[in-house]
Amino acid sequence: MIPAKRNRVEMPRRDPKERSSDFIEVALGLDPEMAISEAERCLNCKHKPCVSGCPVQVPIPEFIQLVVQGEFEAADAKIKEKNSLPAVCGRVCPQESQCEAVCVLAKRGQPIAIGMLERFVADQASAAKKSRDEGAQATKPEKKYPERIAVIGSGPAGLTCGADLAGYGYEVDIFEALHDTGGVLRYGIPEFRLPKSIVDEEVEYVKSLGVNVFTNVAVGLTMDFNEMLRSGKYAAAFIGTGAGLPYFLNIPGENLNGVYSANEFLTRANLMKAYLFPEYDTPIKVGKRVAVVGAGNVAMDAARVSRRLGAEEVYIVYRRSREEMPARLEEIENAEEEGIKFQLLTNPARIVGDEKFRVRAMECVRMELGEPDSSGRRRPVEIPGSLFTLEVDTVVVAVGQGANPLLTTRVDGLELNKWGNIATFDEAGATSIPGVWAGGDIATGASTVISAMGAGKRAALAIHEWLTAKRDNA
Amino acid sequence: MFKVLEKDLLAENIYRMVVEAPLVAEKAKAGNFVIVRVSDVGERIPLTICDNDPERGTLTLIIQAVGKSTRDLVNIPVGDYVKDVLGPLGTATEIKDMGRIIAVMGGIGVAPMLPLLRAYRKKGAEIISILGARTKDLLILQDEVRSLSDEVILVTDDGSEGMKGLVTDPLRQRLESGEHFDMAIAIGPARMMQAASKVTKEFNLPTLVSLNSIMIDGTGMCGGCRVSINGETKFACVDGPDFDGHAVNFDELVVRQGYYRDEEDHVCRTLGEERV
Ligand SMILES: Cc1cc2nc3c(=O)[nH]c(=O)nc-3n(C[C@H](O)[C@H](O)[C@H](O)COP(=O)(O)OP(=O)(O)OC[C@H]3O[C@@H](n4cnc5c(N)ncnc54)[C@H](O)[C@@H]3O)c2cc1C
Ligand SMILES: Cc1cc2nc3c(=O)[nH]c(=O)nc-3n(C[C@H](O)[C@H](O)[C@H](O)COP(=O)(O)OP(=O)(O)OC[C@H]3O[C@@H](n4cnc5c(N)ncnc54)[C@H](O)[C@@H]3O)c2cc1C
Ligand code: SF4
Ligand code: SF4
Ligand code: FES
Repeated sequence: MIPAKRNRVEMPRRDPKERSSDFIEVALGLDPEMAISEAERCLNCKHKPCVSGCPVQVPIPEFIQLVVQGEFEAADAKIKEKNSLPAVCGRVCPQESQCEAVCVLAKRGQPIAIGMLERFVADQASAAKKSRDEGAQATKPEKKYPERIAVIGSGPAGLTCGADLAGYGYEVDIFEALHDTGGVLRYGIPEFRLPKSIVDEEVEYVKSLGVNVFTNVAVGLTMDFNEMLRSGKYAAAFIGTGAGLPYFLNIPGENLNGVYSANEFLTRANLMKAYLFPEYDTPIKVGKRVAVVGAGNVAMDAARVSRRLGAEEVYIVYRRSREEMPARLEEIENAEEEGIKFQLLTNPARIVGDEKFRVRAMECVRMELGEPDSSGRRRPVEIPGSLFTLEVDTVVVAVGQGANPLLTTRVDGLELNKWGNIATFDEAGATSIPGVWAGGDIATGASTVISAMGAGKRAALAIHEWLTAKRDNA
Repeated sequence: MFKVLEKDLLAENIYRMVVEAPLVAEKAKAGNFVIVRVSDVGERIPLTICDNDPERGTLTLIIQAVGKSTRDLVNIPVGDYVKDVLGPLGTATEIKDMGRIIAVMGGIGVAPMLPLLRAYRKKGAEIISILGARTKDLLILQDEVRSLSDEVILVTDDGSEGMKGLVTDPLRQRLESGEHFDMAIAIGPARMMQAASKVTKEFNLPTLVSLNSIMIDGTGMCGGCRVSINGETKFACVDGPDFDGHAVNFDELVVRQGYYRDEEDHVCRTLGEERV
């Protein structure tokens, strides 16, 4: 097989100048010719190393061979055996550190573009269904069991868990606190990276499996979690409430007007569609010069949203160096292409306001890397006398999210770890309460879409096995 | 979707609406609020639950139409629906045994005060209410306040009814006269709560206020509602909205409330209306 010598396909992307002023998707997607030619590079390895890199074990070589044959819908169905959200994962998975990292061709720096292919087949299948007027319908699985299961949170963990439980044959109710579904897929990740029509389709698909979705229900407040179980209405529950507590820097000036948490900034822009203000009622204020503190996916998203909302200068302010930036490579490149500037080895010390209590500047210090810390990364230390002022009028704090205590503090007997995440006792996410599983960011701390999905899947299987054993013993 | 069952005009631009929301009605307690979204393009706005009827599955909201969202809300006809209602949010007020309470309310602040008066009344508290407004016609819900108070003092800025002056005038008088109170509650515009807290501070009278910072999710997820309490940052939507009035940084609250004024004005202008 000679094709392996060909280079990896490149994702066509919109021109940075053009795209950085609108919210239309940046990546254009592969066309069938490109996709087939990329798929032909795959060696169809017998031992399938790539599969072990995927948290949900997508049958990668199998779906890729279907692409080679031009069987795009069959390829989509193949992926969906393991991953019900391929259109999402193909777009936002950190493939370079997962499936593609362990592809045998990665050694030459040319791994198969698994993510791009996944995205391609999902989009092809969806378009084909639409042209037949089928929408995202699935055949509704038969209700085989009498038990009803509660799923709290409609992020990727909850949606996946709910879909799988419905697939096993249970009645499932998903409860979501916000007015719309999807969790971070809806309120965090911007339209230009993950169009909301795709999230809608995925949610429709889950609903078409017979899953009931209730929005505007904050479990712990609107409904009492303890009562839900005690009353016997629900035989088991899965908690997938995410990492929804914004961290701040705890430096002076953080409550000035013009300082946002990334959660607030992105929720306004994405969930509330403030980029379409005044057509949509929720406002957002982005000045001319924006500093985004942090260098993860969240920070890149906030920076690129700022740019699109008209900011002239956007800085990423990060206390470590480029190598340690946690964001996906692709998104760092995209941000750079769009003119985002990186202030690395830089730590904010104070936000300075004007007489109207509005942000005027941010004082920062320069850092250098010292000895490795507990995470193995070299610890940044302040360079004495390096204080300088960055003139900005908006600051977005994107230094991470913790566990939101809204539900967890209102569940009797639920054990939490020292960070406030739900303590889990096995791979499937069993908690200290029998019949209650947890997974996704609420258990692991902020992680990835696909690992949240994996957690939802494992919990669904564990719930099914637990209920089956209970039924058999009864 | 949440059905509007009743709607009355209480005063110019102030409405009472009864909305069907059975789950919220079952769980609501004094001090809780809801986040409401009128339509698919609407913003999420917080409103106090003024009363709840678990049997009927309804909430009573008192709404002052001040801008686009509140105006859209009060324009929903009876029988139509509010798109989203989330609640009950916030930490419910801890109702302790209290001998005598002086309750100070300004303008629309009377609405969030009612459930507190009801709850303290049930606990046997004696309640002296000071009810203030700019002018006579805006002194809403007088009958309700009377039925829950041992004494009611009316105050208007222009003297068109009751005393002429500000709510802090009779508050100061009563405290200066040496009368004993166990606590004060002050609810209304931020500046009014600030002034009332300043007066009660002089007399070391514990004071509860209810903060109306700008909110989005109302569940502790965005941090947009943050307020400074004794120099510490708290999220009003989950840690409050009730706080110790002597610990609140009101100046910060007021400027933070005004952050989107230009944008809100813009919406109103594009609608050809003035914001009140
Ligand atoms: C801006 C941003 C960009 C990201 N980019 C990427 C990326 O490119 N690639 C990637 O793999 N990962 C990315 N991530 C991380 C990824 O989105 C998360 O790891 C993933 O969404 C976690 O899924 P989850 O289901 O655990 O929780 P979430 O997606 O957080 O969903 C939890 C849901 O539960 C709801 N909820 C919370 N409490 C309650 C309650 N009491 N009752 C009812 N509902 C409740 C919440 O409203 C929310 O909708 C990003 C995260 C952010 C914030
Ligand atoms: C806990 C709480 C309880 C409240 N209870 C009541 C009540 O019972 N009855 C009532 O009439 N009003 C209440 N409010 C105030 C009400 O939420 C605002 O009047 C409303 O959001 C204004 O929206 P608008 O678009 O009509 O006006 P706008 O023109 O948008 O704004 C007018 C002013 O209202 C404030 N505001 C705007 N958007 C928000 C928002 N999303 N959250 C909070 N404040 C905002 C701002 O200070 C703004 O300057 C409460 C607020 C809070 C925080
Ligand atoms: S789900 Fe993510 S990790 Fe798994 S194969 Fe697809 S892109 Fe790779
Ligand atoms: S490791 Fe790479 S080449 Fe081998 S099957 Fe997987 S994707 Fe194809
Ligand atoms: S409104 Fe978002 S945290 Fe309070």
